[in-house]
Amino acid sequence: MKVRGKAVIFGDSVNTDVIIPSKYLTTLDPNELAKHVMEGLDPTFYEKARGGVIIVAGKNFGCGSSREHAPIALKHAGVKCIIAKSFARIFYRNAINIGLPVVECVQILEKTDNDDELLVNLAVGEVVNLTKNLRLQASKLPNFILEIISAGGLVEHLKRRLGKNGKL
Amino acid sequence: MNISEKILARASCRKEVSPGEIVEANVDVAMVNDITGPLAIETFRKIGVKKVWDNTRIVMVLDHQVPADSAKSAELHKMMRRFAKEQNIRYFYDVGLGGVCHQVMVEKGHVRPGELILGADSHTCTYGALGAFGTGIGSTEMAAVFATGKIWLKVPETIKFNVAGEFQKFVGAKDLILSIIGQIGADGANYKAMEFDGPVIRNMNISDRLTICNMAVEAGAKTGIISPDRKVMAYIKKRVDGQIKPLKSDADARYEKIFDLDVSPLEPQVACPSSVDNVKPVSEVEGTPIDQAFIGSCTNGRIEDLRVAAKIVKGKKVKNNVRLIITPASREVYLQALREGLLETLTEAGACICNPTCGACFGGQMGLLADGETCISSSNRNFTGRMGSPKADIYLASPATVAASALKGEITDPRRL
Repeated sequence: MKVRGKAVIFGDSVNTDVIIPSKYLTTLDPNELAKHVMEGLDPTFYEKARGGVIIVAGKNFGCGSSREHAPIALKHAGVKCIIAKSFARIFYRNAINIGLPVVECVQILEKTDNDDELLVNLAVGEVVNLTKNLRLQASKLPNFILEIISAGGLVEHLKRRLGKNGKL
Repeated sequence: MNISEKILARASCRKEVSPGEIVEANVDVAMVNDITGPLAIETFRKIGVKKVWDNTRIVMVLDHQVPADSAKSAELHKMMRRFAKEQNIRYFYDVGLGGVCHQVMVEKGHVRPGELILGADSHTCTYGALGAFGTGIGSTEMAAVFATGKIWLKVPETIKFNVAGEFQKFVGAKDLILSIIGQIGADGANYKAMEFDGPVIRNMNISDRLTICNMAVEAGAKTGIISPDRKVMAYIKKRVDGQIKPLKSDADARYEKIFDLDVSPLEPQVACPSSVDNVKPVSEVEGTPIDQAFIGSCTNGRIEDLRVAAKIVKGKKVKNNVRLIITPASREVYLQALREGLLETLTEAGACICNPTCGACFGGQMGLLADGETCISSSNRNFTGRMGSPKADIYLASPATVAASALKGEITDPRRL
C-alpha cells in the first residue's frame, strides 16, 4: 500500500479541539465537518488540502478528546495520510478505524518542508521525500491494521468477516 | 502482574499477559454520550448486525448538550432515544436523570472493580479510581463493540506513582495530578497506564481518586488506575449489583518506571494557556485578572468540590464583573448540594448554578468565553478554543483556587484568603 501527496506541516500536540472545534460536532455530515477542519490553526487548510495532501507533524498528534469527527474531517478534506513523530492513542485508533493511514516517523519534521512531494510505503514502513531525494524509516503497521486500512476502515473490514446470517 | 495486566488477562481469558502483547478482550460495559453516540449508531447500522451484542451492558448518557441547546442537538438526542428503545438498551440516562457520563457511570454502579469498560469519551480513564480498567475509544470502534462485544487492545506498559507526605490546607488531588502532568508532559504516559499508590492515595476519598484518574489522559495515558481497597468496596456496596471480583497489583508487579513523590511542599498548581502540561505554582501567576471562574466537569464537579467552593465563598461576594459558574456533575450531586444548602450559599455569593452537563468545559453551552477573556476552571483542558473563542485564555486549577479567584477577580492562592 502506497500513498503519495504534498506535505503540509504542523507542530507538536495538535489537539482534536483545534482539528474540529466542539461547536461543529452537531453534524454527522463528513463534508460539512471537513469545511471547518484546522480552521483555528490555518484558515486556508481546507482549500490547500482539496487536491490531496499528507500532513506532517511533531509529537502527540491528535491529543485530547475521543471525537472521531477529527480524523473524519481530515480525511474528507483531502488528507491522505498523516506522518507524525507520535500520535495520541485514541486518535491513532480512530484514524485507522475510518481508513485514514497514520505513520510514525521520528525524523519527519526535520527532513520535510511544506509542499515537498512524499511517498509513503505503509507495508514496508518507509517515507520517501521525492523532492529532496531522501528515504526515512517509519513505523511498520502490523498486518491486521493494514487489512483494516486497505478495506477502507473497520466497518468494511467487519462486513467482510460477516457471515450470510449476519453473525460474526 | 499489575492490576491493568490482570484485568486485561481476565477479559481476554488468559492466565497471563505482558506489555506489548495484543489481546482480543471481552468488553464488560460500553458507554456512549450524545456527542459520540449518534456517530456510533450510524456506523452500527452500516455494519449490518441487527441487534447489539448485549443490551444489558450498554450505557447511554445524554450529557454534552443538555437540555438540547439547538435543534441539531435535539435531533441527535432523538436519534439516541430511538436507538435505545429499538435495542431495548437497559441503561439510558435522559435529560434530568443522569448528568456528566463518567459521574453517572460511577454513581449508578456501572463501574465494577476488575472489569474492562470502554467508553466513547476520552475521560473514560476515570473508572480506574474504582479499580476498573476504563479507556476511551472512538465511535466506529464503539459500533464494532456494539456488534461484537469485543475489542483488540495492546497491553500497556505501566508507570507507577507512589505518593507520600501530607497536603497543605487547600492543596489536594487536582494540584497533585496537575503537578504530575507538568513533570511528565502531555505525552509523558502516551499509550501507557498510570497507576497510583502510596499513603496519600490510600488516605484519599473516592472523589479525589476520581479526579486523579480522570486526568491521566491529559498525559496521554490509556488509563489511570488505583488498586481497590476497603474504601472502594464501601463506596460501591450500595451501588453495584451482582458479584464483584476485584483485582489488585501483586507486590512483585513489573513497572516501566516508578516515581516517588512527596506532596508536603506542593503549593496549589495552575495549568496555564494553552496546554495542560504548562503547569506553574499559583505564586507565579497570582494576580492574573479573570472574567470567569468555572467549577464543574467530570474532573471536579462532585459534592466534595462544591463543599470546598461553598466554604470559601460563604458570606462573601464574587468580585464585580466576574461570573462564577457552577455545574454540579450529576443529578445526585445536585440534589445533595441542594439538601446541604450549598446551592443557596453559592447563589447568595453571586454564583450562577447550571444543570448537570459537560456544557462549559466542552465548549458547548452555558459559560462560553468571548475574544480576549480569561477563565479559571476546575475542568481538564485548556486548549485554544476549548471553551468558546480561540482568543480566550483558560487556566486550570482546583475548585479551591477557582473559588478564591472568583472572590478576588484574579488568580488567587486559596491559602491566603
